[in-house]
Amino acid sequence: MTRRTLTCEEVIEQLFDYLDQELDDQRQADIEQHLAKCRDCFSRAEFERRLRDRMEALTQVPAPHRLHRRIRSLLDQFDDESNSTT
Amino acid sequence: MDRLYGTALRLTRNPDDAEDIVAEAIEKAWSKLDELRDPDCFQGWLFHILNNTFISEWRRRQSRPPFSSDDDAPTLDECDSEDFSLFRQLHQPFLLWWGNTEERFLNELLQEELQLALDALPDPFRVVLIVVEVQGYSYAETAEMLGIPVGTVRSRLNRGRSLLQKSLWQQASDAGIAVNRPGNEGASP
Repeated sequence: MTRRTLTCEEVIEQLFDYLDQELDDQRQADIEQHLAKCRDCFSRAEFERRLRDRMEALTQVPAPHRLHRRIRSLLDQFDDESNSTT
Repeated sequence: MDRLYGTALRLTRNPDDAEDIVAEAIEKAWSKLDELRDPDCFQGWLFHILNNTFISEWRRRQSRPPFSSDDDAPTLDECDSEDFSLFRQLHQPFLLWWGNTEERFLNELLQEELQLALDALPDPFRVVLIVVEVQGYSYAETAEMLGIPVGTVRSRLNRGRSLLQKSLWQQASDAGIAVNRPGNEGASP
């Protein structure tokens, strides 16, 4: 039996579930197949992906020197504690 | 360390608080190190501890349980933003991808503007967006982490995305990138 192809409306409705990889393998594949053929839906998916990438880049922030020093001091303290118990 | 701090900063929106939860997470990780079975999973495990540390602190600061219901944050205006799509507003189907409005928007969008828009979201929406879209947790894992139903994760994601995109649309309009075309809202895709 041939599987019914998804409409643009169905794809857009499930687009974020697809991007979040919340769909089963078959549905993920169905959407990928649609995106490979449909320029409008592909553009929409690409736009959301790129916006997401930009958001991910917001978490790449240089940690301040103060925090580096604080963590180093914590690690030294852990080392001292573990040395004293051995 | 940078990504750990950056994630903490996006979650807390405050540099001092971000430093505190990073330090606390590392302290907790050290004390639980023997619970880590696979050293290859160290990074994910540490981020998980960071999230839990943030959530515990967030809960402690609230007078009522956080993330517990779906009606604690959205205002009427926020509810109006549900299903708002920035792409639908920007997209002009007759233009080519490399010369189109959404491409121009993404190219001209500054990280500072995106950060302001993200930081301005109410906590329940912002946290779910960061955990799912940035950190890549599944809806089920996010639900468990925050102690809320999966359906609530889903609805907060929808609202959070809509609010964020509405805010970015406003910026695009102010910058003259966006051209409001009557009747395009609701068009597919």
